[in-house]
Amino acid sequence: MSAALLVRTLRDPASAGALDADGWNRLLAAARAERLIGTLAYRLESIALPDAVWPILDDARRDSGREAQQALWEADRAAQALRGLDVKLILLKGAAYVAAGLRAGQGRFIGDLDILVPRDAMPAVERALIAAGWEWVKEDPYDDAYYRQWMHELPPMIHVERDRMIDVHHTILPLTARQAPDAGAMIADAVHITDGLYILSVEDRIVHSVAHMLADGDMQGGLRNLWDIYCLLPDADRATLEARATRHGLALHVRQARRLAGAIYGAGARLTLWDRLVRARLLARDGWGRESRKLLVFAFFVRSHWLRMPPLMLARHLFTKWRKGHRPQ
Amino acid sequence: MRHAITLRIGPATFRIGSAWPQPIADLARLYTAYPDVRGAIADFTVRLQPTSLARRWVRPSIFITGDHGLADAAPMSLAHGLLAAEMGMNLQMALGWRRHLLLHASSVEKDGRVLVMTGESGSGKSTLAALLGERGWRFMGDEFALLDMDSGAILPFPRLVSLKNRAIDVVTQAVGEARMGPLLAATAKGDIRHMVPRTDAVARMGEGGMPALLLFPRFGHDAAVRLVGQGEIFMRLTQASTNYVALGEPAFTALTRFVANVPARAIDFPSGDDAIAMVDQLWEQLA
Repeated sequence: MSAALLVRTLRDPASAGALDADGWNRLLAAARAERLIGTLAYRLESIALPDAVWPILDDARRDSGREAQQALWEADRAAQALRGLDVKLILLKGAAYVAAGLRAGQGRFIGDLDILVPRDAMPAVERALIAAGWEWVKEDPYDDAYYRQWMHELPPMIHVERDRMIDVHHTILPLTARQAPDAGAMIADAVHITDGLYILSVEDRIVHSVAHMLADGDMQGGLRNLWDIYCLLPDADRATLEARATRHGLALHVRQARRLAGAIYGAGARLTLWDRLVRARLLARDGWGRESRKLLVFAFFVRSHWLRMPPLMLARHLFTKWRKGHRPQ
Repeated sequence: MRHAITLRIGPATFRIGSAWPQPIADLARLYTAYPDVRGAIADFTVRLQPTSLARRWVRPSIFITGDHGLADAAPMSLAHGLLAAEMGMNLQMALGWRRHLLLHASSVEKDGRVLVMTGESGSGKSTLAALLGERGWRFMGDEFALLDMDSGAILPFPRLVSLKNRAIDVVTQAVGEARMGPLLAATAKGDIRHMVPRTDAVARMGEGGMPALLLFPRFGHDAAVRLVGQGEIFMRLTQASTNYVALGEPAFTALTRFVANVPARAIDFPSGDDAIAMVDQLWEQLA
């Protein structure tokens, strides 16, 4: 499993010194597939590397630098679009980590701009973004209605000139999910950083990241999410985090994330049987960058839908998507 | 992956894996004159994998991907496996290469100075580079010209030349069967056949040269030469580059210098022989 090689190298960069060419090829392929190549490049900055490796990592650092710059620009444009609405614009995930200069942002891959705004401000936010040049990506009326009725975010929008996506969240998990984190409390406690931009409080940042990784997703990109969590944890006070997680109904998930982060990136932790299954899913990546352990991966895909909605609704949703030609990967 | 090969083309090393033996066997045969880099650390991984479990055996269908891929890339039949491998390498370069400014262009060199030709697919830039490569020029590449952003030099990327439709016969007559790959009939771009560059082009693939002339060729029209304004050249080159935006300011500076220093013309030509005569004449006048 080359994902294991990847996490070993992130945990202990000096161990890369012992890699042969085949090891490097497997490591680089897994890091690219998990979108951790930028993070890896920063971790290996002060290690003696084979000649062929340093330009590859140099490129990865350059790319992550550009992504950070682009993310900050998008955040600035969104702030400009919402100016005058009297809405706190809260950055989530990658853009937030970069904007606040957090360790989790170093070398991080950043895709879309994710923001959180109060639910009752959504219609005004939607209008303001459209006026500033964003437009809908999903043409399909079923998808659009599905998002609006059941999801925790608007259907994704893309900027007509800059070709960059924005995801506007009004809460943390889909409305059909079993846990209902208190988005209002998160918004109330958000921390002002600069230019009308906010990020979540230290503890809420972790809770949010954990919610996405463990209570919602099928664990795609889970190694990167867990790296975020691993980097965010040292900033939090343990008791405050526990209390906050309990309030959001995610105490068990936050504890599990602690164990997994400790076991995979940290000094080690005692894992339950369920933790071990999650770890096996997270490490399902081979030396060519392909997903391995197909059955386990599929099981997690099914589970993610199971968690998101009640069974009958799930059946109807999957049938509709299947009829439209969608197939799980 | 079960079948694999490592290839170095110009400055880039590719590790190519395939679920089927044939594409790798084709590559091994056609790239035999290239440096032996078995066991090297690769810049990119390319994967030729089945589009689904069943499609490995039943009507085999190749999904081209790797370190960098496009989710909606069209699948290809196993009969076109060699083309899939070539497209896989191009895809990695187009989406992932950051060490030079990539221009979608062919290039040939004479006396240390480089002729760069850019245009849409079907403009004749590949055929022209292949033919010039047999007539006293050194072939440097038919897909990407790599512009060194510090020195302003053009570096070679001489992979197999991909020839389409009518160009196949013209070039086969010029170079002989021994240097030609299998005929890939009825691909999305018509019939395709690959040509192996001359051994001297391969041996000197680490050696760049300063650009001396830029041409915008267009096949299938009456012979004509036109001036092109610098603003238009700049715009066309940014559109011909897949990493111009990703590279940011250094790319802007390098491209500005290229446009300011390299004379350029658009040429229309009805046949390969006409084109070569026009190129020779412009080279005498301008380069």
